[in-house]
Amino acid sequence: MLLIHCPYCDEDRPELEFRNAGEAHIARPENIAEISDEEFAQFFFIRTNPKGLIYERWRHIHGCARFFNAVRDSVSDKFLMTYKAGEKRPTVKAGEKA
Amino acid sequence: MRKYSVFAIAREAMRAHKGWDAQWSSPEPRAEYDVIIVGAGGHGLATAYYLAKNHGITNIAVLEKGWLGGGNTGRNTTIIRSNYLYDESAGIYDHAVKLWDGLSQDLNYNVMYSARGVMMLAHNVHDVQSLKRHVHANRLNGIDNEWMTPEQAKAYCPPLNISPDARYPVVGATLQRRGGTARHDAVAWGYARAASDRGVHIIQNCEVKGIRRSANGHVTGVETSRGFIGAKKVGVVAAGHSSVIMQMADVRMPLESYPLQALVSEPVKPCFPCVVMSNTVHAYISQSDKGELVIGAGTDQYISYSQTGGLHILTHTLDAICEMFPVFSRMKMLRSWGGIVDVTPDRSPILAKTPVPGLYVNCGWGTGGFKATPGSGHVFAHTIANDNPHPINAGFTLERFRSGRLIDEAAAAAVAH
Repeated sequence: MLLIHCPYCDEDRPELEFRNAGEAHIARPENIAEISDEEFAQFFFIRTNPKGLIYERWRHIHGCARFFNAVRDSVSDKFLMTYKAGEKRPTVKAGEKA
Repeated sequence: MRKYSVFAIAREAMRAHKGWDAQWSSPEPRAEYDVIIVGAGGHGLATAYYLAKNHGITNIAVLEKGWLGGGNTGRNTTIIRSNYLYDESAGIYDHAVKLWDGLSQDLNYNVMYSARGVMMLAHNVHDVQSLKRHVHANRLNGIDNEWMTPEQAKAYCPPLNISPDARYPVVGATLQRRGGTARHDAVAWGYARAASDRGVHIIQNCEVKGIRRSANGHVTGVETSRGFIGAKKVGVVAAGHSSVIMQMADVRMPLESYPLQALVSEPVKPCFPCVVMSNTVHAYISQSDKGELVIGAGTDQYISYSQTGGLHILTHTLDAICEMFPVFSRMKMLRSWGGIVDVTPDRSPILAKTPVPGLYVNCGWGTGGFKATPGSGHVFAHTIANDNPHPINAGFTLERFRSGRLIDEAAAAAVAH
C-alpha cells in the first residue's frame, strides 16, 4: 500500500484514504461543443501511460476530500512529490527527490 | 518436430527419455523478416502460429524481452468463458472458446482445456437483472448460459455458502457450461512448439527499443537489444507495455496499465468442481489440476509497471472468498504475484491496423485476455496477412474512440473483467 503525502493536510496518510483520479494536467477544452471528434478523443480517451515519471491526480477522499497532483515513478511506485491543484507542472528528473 | 503420442511416451520410456527434442528452436535473428511480432506471450505466439498455418507466411520472428510466456500468459487465473453482453465481444470470445475445443489436437500439445463450467454469482437485485440480461443476450448470440437458483448453484458447487445470513447472500447465479480453465503455460509452449515447427523464429531476451520507419512513414523494422531487425510488417502484442512500444512509432494509445494480482493456495485434494466468479464482492476462484486454489484479485487504482500490487487488494479478495466459501477460511496461501494489464476506456480490446502503415496492434485485453488467446491470434493473423480485419475483429478498432462506437463492456460488467 502506498503512503501518500496530502499537500493540504500536510500529512503522510495510507493509500486507503485516497482515490486516484488519473493523469494530471489535462484541461477540459473551453469550447467543448466546437472541438472535432479527434480533439475530443485526445482529451477524453488518449493517455500518456508512461513507464517512468508519471504526473497524476489524487483525491484525499476520506480526508480533506480535495484534489491534488503527484509525481510518481510508475516502475518503483515511489512518490517524488505532491503539490496542490492549480500549481504549475514541476520539472523533476527520475531518481531526484524534489 | 516429433509428434507427441502414447507411442512416443512408450518409446521414450524404453530408452530413459533421452530422445525428446527441444520443444522449439532458438535461432539467431535474420536480417529481415516478413512479419515481426513483438511479445512472445500466448496472443503473440498464437498470431505467429496462425500466420504460418492459415496464411502461408513463415518468415516470422516473435521477439520477447524476457522469456516465453513469462508475462501475463503465465500470471493469469486461466479462466475461459464467452458470456459477454455485446455482439462484438460475444463474437470474438466465443470464436476463442470454439478454438479452445480441439486446440490440444490442433497443436499436438495438451493444453488441458477443461470445460468445467463458469458460474457467476448474483448478490442483489441489480446483479440479478444484469446477469439475466446477459443470459438472454448470450442465448441470442448462440452462447450457452443459464440461470440458476441458489440451491441449483449449491448443487453444482457444493462448497458455496448460500446461507441468507451471509454478508452478501447468493440470490442466484448464471452458469456457462462450456466455460472452464486451461493450463496457461502449456498454451504458450504449445503455440511456440507448433509455430517453431512451421519455421517461425522465437527470439527470447531480445527487447524492442525502437520502431524504424521509412520517409513515407511505413514500418521498416525494429531496433532491439540485439541490433536492428528489418520487417515489412510489425504486430505489437505487448500487453501492459503496448503503449510504451506504440509510443516508439509516435502512436498515443487509449490505454492505462495497472497491476493485477492473483494468488494460489497450498495444493489440496479435488474439492472445487468449477469456476466461480463474483463481480459484486470481486473474487474469482477455481482449483488447478495440481490441487491449488487459484484466486484472482482486483487491480490497483494507480498506473504502475511494477508487477506487484498492494496487499490490501489481496486481503479484500480473500475476505470475499472466505465469506462465499467458509470451508476455505483456514487454507494457507502459497504465493501471490502481479501482472501489468493494459486497460482501455471501454474495457474491450483493440485488434487493428494503426495510423502507421505496416504497424498492427493487439492490446487492451485488460484483466481478461487469456480466455481469448486462440481467437485473438487467429483474427489478428488474418488482420496482418490481409492488411484488413477479420469480420470478427472489425469493431475492435482504434478509431472507435474517435467515432464513439465503443464496445462498452465496462458499463455491462460494472468492473474490469
